[in-house]
Amino acid sequence: MNTPPATQAAYVRQTPVAQLPPPASQSGIVGWLRANVFSSVLNVVLTLLSLGLIALVVPPLLDFMIIDATWTGNDREACLASAERPVAGACWPFIWERLAYFTYGFYPVAQRWRVDVFFVLLAVGIVWLLAPRAKARLWGALYFFVVMPLLSYILLLGWPRYGLPYVPTTLWGGMLVTVVVSAIGIVFSLPIGVVLALGRRSKMPLVRLFSVIFIEFVRGVPLITVLFMASVMLPLFVPDAWTPDKLLRALIGVALFASAYMAEVVRAGLQAVPRGQYEGAMAIGLSYRQMMALVILPQALRTTIPNIVNSYIALFKDTTLVFIVGIFDFLRTIEAARVDPKWATPVTSTTGYVFAGMVYFFFCYLMSRYAHDMERRLATDHRRRRKRGRR
Amino acid sequence: MKGPKAGERKRIFGGFVRRGAGRAARLEPAWSDSSARPAVEMIGVHKWFGDFHVLRDINLKVERGERIVICGPSGSGKSTMIRCINALEEHQRGTILVDGTQLTADLRRIDEVRRDVGMVFQHFNLFPHLTVMENLTLAPIWVRQTPKAEAEEMAMHFLRRVKIPEQAQKYPGQLSGGQQQRVAIARALCMSPKLMLFDEPTSALDPEMVKEVLDTMVQLAEDGMTMLVVTHEMGFARQVADRVVFMDEGQIVEVNTPADFFANPQHERTKLFLSQILY
Repeated sequence: MNTPPATQAAYVRQTPVAQLPPPASQSGIVGWLRANVFSSVLNVVLTLLSLGLIALVVPPLLDFMIIDATWTGNDREACLASAERPVAGACWPFIWERLAYFTYGFYPVAQRWRVDVFFVLLAVGIVWLLAPRAKARLWGALYFFVVMPLLSYILLLGWPRYGLPYVPTTLWGGMLVTVVVSAIGIVFSLPIGVVLALGRRSKMPLVRLFSVIFIEFVRGVPLITVLFMASVMLPLFVPDAWTPDKLLRALIGVALFASAYMAEVVRAGLQAVPRGQYEGAMAIGLSYRQMMALVILPQALRTTIPNIVNSYIALFKDTTLVFIVGIFDFLRTIEAARVDPKWATPVTSTTGYVFAGMVYFFFCYLMSRYAHDMERRLATDHRRRRKRGRR
Repeated sequence: MKGPKAGERKRIFGGFVRRGAGRAARLEPAWSDSSARPAVEMIGVHKWFGDFHVLRDINLKVERGERIVICGPSGSGKSTMIRCINALEEHQRGTILVDGTQLTADLRRIDEVRRDVGMVFQHFNLFPHLTVMENLTLAPIWVRQTPKAEAEEMAMHFLRRVKIPEQAQKYPGQLSGGQQQRVAIARALCMSPKLMLFDEPTSALDPEMVKEVLDTMVQLAEDGMTMLVVTHEMGFARQVADRVVFMDEGQIVEVNTPADFFANPQHERTKLFLSQILY
């Protein structure tokens, strides 16, 4: 531009410059390694440390779980170390034999098909509601929130007049209880949490006060305390006939507890929605409810998906605390089975815990992956906007 | 410089100059033959943000079909004033009548007024999680209970009018600023408003996109829409406005026809302002 006027006063481009591919060091495996693994001294150190840690942990784990493991057998004898097998690994036959117990607890053997049907009903509901390309999602929601809970209630508890014997919840156990408690917690905590979050931001003092007190009180108390209150204290105050079922009390406790946490997660999302969105919604004449349901909450919930799933995963694992009030959830059944004299060996407990760890990890990782996927699916317009619509 | 249209709009005579800053003055347009209700009437409106007195004794009457441009330095209360008209801001003293309906704390009445008052914001405020079409049909479907097909037909009609029918299925984030603002105008039009408020509609746009939005607004003005426009686009004010309202420190300082406003400003503050902005 500032070239001397004598030689060239103005510049006009004659030929356009074509787009070129990036240099090789920027793309491909080499580029990826450079960018992600060896980008700085600190990263090189971290990479090497991580490799060392993997080398330290993974081989012994594989040894225990696969190479030294016992795969068949009928009792503890099979899993003991012997002269020809100095190191005994995981005792898998113990898991095979007790798998039904881990799944159903003390649910009567003849009635266990009902639990299986429940699992299928639940799986259908989850897939229908959450699969990206599911059809008729509205019917899916109706099924998931109305039809399925009713069917499951009848199925699991029984309806003697129509040939389904009554199975009291004291007999329920294992995976069944874990799934029921977490499903109820997950399904109820979000809507209650949304209502509490809106209440906390309400202009009406009474509503706000109630929401704040509820949230702060429940968050300030450990879940164990809530469960104790529900199962031990409540019957002291209320006549026997009025006392609801023990599992039901635990369910309500868990759901309310999770709701208080969810409320704060949702509130963070509500605060992340720009003021302009509220004004835009009000300016076109939407009422408060319409504004919240159609404009604000969809955006607030979308931004908080990672936190919501965080709460769900925590909740799923927290459900093990119901064992404190004598409910046999999945972990409790493993606890009970590992001391069974029939299988008592030095490796039985470890095997049980490894199995429990794998099962919990499977479910939590599933939730985490799905949430990650959903985030990517929903965030497309946001990301493009950041890139293109700078102004 | 001024198109032939300026001549056609002869019904504008109202000139008003505020001389004393503190004194209240009523604004009576010279042509007040009003058989029709005024679109907006603000009488002695005051507003405070905390201790700060943002609006001081605002008196303004806007007739139907009138196009008002509001200008003034930043912080002079122009945005706050038009935001009071659809109750995005609450005024603390005085009366605001929108098409004869008084704005009070009654929420239902506020919702009714908002239905008939379209608003276009500086930052568009489109809903990023909805497509352009969904942005446009949301209020007609949920507020006016228009059948979906009819609402979409209407939306397409207005998208054609703002000249972006091909963007209907995209998300706002995929559009340029100028396109987003035109969508925002179309969204407001879909509620068939009796009155349109524009709050600095071109201030957040790239220079190259200002014209396409102004063109849309000029077209709207030619169709006879009642418009209150807060803007710094003086060319637009010259071409379109029936009256220019100049505000400073929360007060209306001068109201005049664009011709007189630019050629022959009366108040010292107006002269200073114009000398600052006209380069």
